[in-house]
Amino acid sequence: MTPVHPPAGRPDPASGPLPPHAIELLRGMLRIRRFEERCVELYSATRIRGFLHLYIGEEAVATGVMRVLEPDDAVVTTYREHGHALARGVAADALMAEMLGRSGGCCRGRGGSMHVFDRASRFYGGNAIVAGGLPIAAGLALADLMLGRERVTACFFGEGAIAEGEFHESLNLAALWRLPVLFVCENNYYAMGSALELTESQTKLTIKAASYDLPAWSVDGMDVVAVERAARRAALAIRGGEGPVFLECRTYRFRAHSMYDPDLYRDKEEVREWREGHDPIELLAARLRAHGALGQAAIDEIEAAIAAEIEHAVAFAEASEPEPVEDLLRDVYAAAQDRP
Amino acid sequence: MSTADRTVTLTYRDAMREAMSEAMRADERVFLIGEDVGRYGGAFGVSKGMLAEFGPERIRDAPLSESAFTGAGIGAALNGMRPIVEIMTVNFSLLALDQIVNNAATIRHMSGGQFAVPLVIRMCTGAGRQLAAQHSHSFEGWYAHIPGIKVLAPATIADARGMLAPALADPNPVLIFEHGSLYNVSGELPAEREPVDIERAAVMHAGDDVTLVAYGGLLGRVLEAAERLTGRGVSAEVIDLRVLRPLDEATVLRSISRTHRAVIVDEGWRSGSLSAELSARIAERAFYELDAPVERVCAEEVPTSYAAHLEQAAIPQADDVVAAALRTVGRDG
Repeated sequence: MTPVHPPAGRPDPASGPLPPHAIELLRGMLRIRRFEERCVELYSATRIRGFLHLYIGEEAVATGVMRVLEPDDAVVTTYREHGHALARGVAADALMAEMLGRSGGCCRGRGGSMHVFDRASRFYGGNAIVAGGLPIAAGLALADLMLGRERVTACFFGEGAIAEGEFHESLNLAALWRLPVLFVCENNYYAMGSALELTESQTKLTIKAASYDLPAWSVDGMDVVAVERAARRAALAIRGGEGPVFLECRTYRFRAHSMYDPDLYRDKEEVREWREGHDPIELLAARLRAHGALGQAAIDEIEAAIAAEIEHAVAFAEASEPEPVEDLLRDVYAAAQDRP
Repeated sequence: MSTADRTVTLTYRDAMREAMSEAMRADERVFLIGEDVGRYGGAFGVSKGMLAEFGPERIRDAPLSESAFTGAGIGAALNGMRPIVEIMTVNFSLLALDQIVNNAATIRHMSGGQFAVPLVIRMCTGAGRQLAAQHSHSFEGWYAHIPGIKVLAPATIADARGMLAPALADPNPVLIFEHGSLYNVSGELPAEREPVDIERAAVMHAGDDVTLVAYGGLLGRVLEAAERLTGRGVSAEVIDLRVLRPLDEATVLRSISRTHRAVIVDEGWRSGSLSAELSARIAERAFYELDAPVERVCAEEVPTSYAAHLEQAAIPQADDVVAAALRTVGRDG
C-alpha cells in the first residue's frame, strides 16, 4: 500500500496575509485538542466508555467551517463530532457530561460521544452510520428552501462515506433540487482501517462529486485559514441560491480510529510525518509567530483559559447526577404537547 | 336530507387521496415526496391529480433514492415541515431502512428529547396480486418491532380517509401500510369527515365464541370467515387491530376474556411475526382465560410464488380461518 504523504514541503509560515481573527482560530483548534486529550484521560480512567472517536489532527476543518456559519444554519455530522460540537457552540459542560452519560449531558446521557445533539445551536447530531446524516442534511435544507429561508446546512462526513449509496443519493438529490447544503468531506484517507486507495476506484473525490453537477473543491484541511476561506466562498454561493457545494478537506487523523483500534493498518512513519510537519495547530501558530502576532504570553493565556474551561466541564460532568432509571423510557415518543 | 346524512362512494385509493389533499389544504407545511407521485400520479394512482392542485414543490417527484428521500423527509420534519413520504412498496422500504430505523426512530431519544420527527411514511404492502417474491412482502411486523415509530394499517375506507390527519398531527414518525389489494375496494362513507383515532383496535363484528384478530388486507377474508362461522353456529368476534404499534392489547384481551378463544390472522410469516407477539401477550396476560390453545393463521414460510395457485396456497384464506376457529371450539372443519 502506498503511504499517504502530507502536502509536499512545509508551508512558508511567513506567507500570505493572516485574517485578523486568526488567533481565534488557533484558540478554537486548541480548545478541541485539549478537550479531547482530557477525554482520553477520562477514557483510560474508565469514566468515559463505549466508542470514542477522536478528532485530533482534524481540528482545522470544523474550526474553519463553523466560522462561516450563522446561528440559524444547521449542522449534521458524524460519530467523530466533539470538535464540530465545540466549534458550533455546544457548551463544553454539557458535552463532557454527555460523554460521562449524565443527566447534565446535552442528550441526558442517551446519546453519548457518537450522538451529540443540541437544539440551541441547531446541531442535528452525530450519526454513527457512515453517510447516514447526508439524507437528513438534504431534508433540513429542503425545508429551508421550501420556507424561503436563506440558511445553509453544513454536513460533515468522512471520505469513507463516499463508498456508501447514501452519499450518491444525497448529492444527486441536493444538486437536482439545488438544496442549500455545504457538503464537507473530511478526507483523512482511512475509513477505519481501509485506505482510500483500497476502497475507491477514483480517489480524486472532487471528480466523483462533480459528476453530480455541483461545484466540488478540494482544500488543504490542515490549513484552517484556507478551510475558512473555501467554506466562506461556498456558503456565500449557497446562500445566493446557487445550490449545494462539495468541499473536500484533506486532513489526517493523528490518533487511532477509536479507542478500540490498535492502528496497525498504517505506517508509524506516515503518522509521524503528518503529526510533526502538518499539525494544523502548529502550522497556524508558526504563521502567527512569523507575523509577529503570537507571543508566549498569548499562548499561555489561551492555554490557561482552555484548561480552566475543561476543568469546569469535567467538574460539572462529575457532579452531574446520573439519569434516574425510572426515566429510562422517557423520550421514546414525543407527546402531543411537545409538538415540534 | 341533511349534510350529516349524506354519503359518498369512494374507493380506498380515493379516500387516501382525499385525506392527503385535505391535509395539504389545511396546512401548508404538508407536502408529498416520493417516486412518481407527481406527473405519474403515484404508482398506485393515489396522488393522481394532486400535482395540478398543489404544484411540483409540494407534490415532489423524487429520484429512485429511497434512502435519500426518506431521510430528506426526516430532515424536513426536523426543520418545520410535515412531510408525507410515499415509498412505492414495502419491499423498496428496505432500501430506506437505515433512515427509518437508525434515524427516524431514534432521534427523539438519542437527542434526549430535544428533537422530534413529525413524519408520515406511507407504503403499499402485501401479497395476492401475482407479483412474486420481491413485491409481496408483509413487513409491518418488522416495523412494529421498533420503538420510536408508530405503525398503522388502515383496513377500511373510513380508516384510509381518517388515519392520515391524526398521523400528521402526531409529533412522531408514523408508518402507514396500505394493502395493495385494497386500493380498488369501494364503499360508502358519510360525506362529512369523521375523526378516527390512531390508538385503538376496533371490533368489526361482534361475537361470543371466538375472537378473530386481523389487520390490513386480510380483514375482509376474516369478516367473510366470521359470516361463514355464523352459518356453522359459531359466533365469532372480529377485531381489526388498526394500530400495529403501539398495540392495543386491551381491546384484544377484553374480547378474549369473553370468548376464551383466539385466532390470529397475519399475512406475515409465522416465525417472529406480529401474530407471535400477540399470542405471546395473550399467553402472558390471559392464559387462564383461554379454553383452547391460541391458533395462528399465517403465511407459509416460503418466498411468495408468481403462480396464482401457489401464491394463494401460501397466504391465509377464509377457509383456513374458519378451520382454525372451529378447532378452537373443538370441532374439526
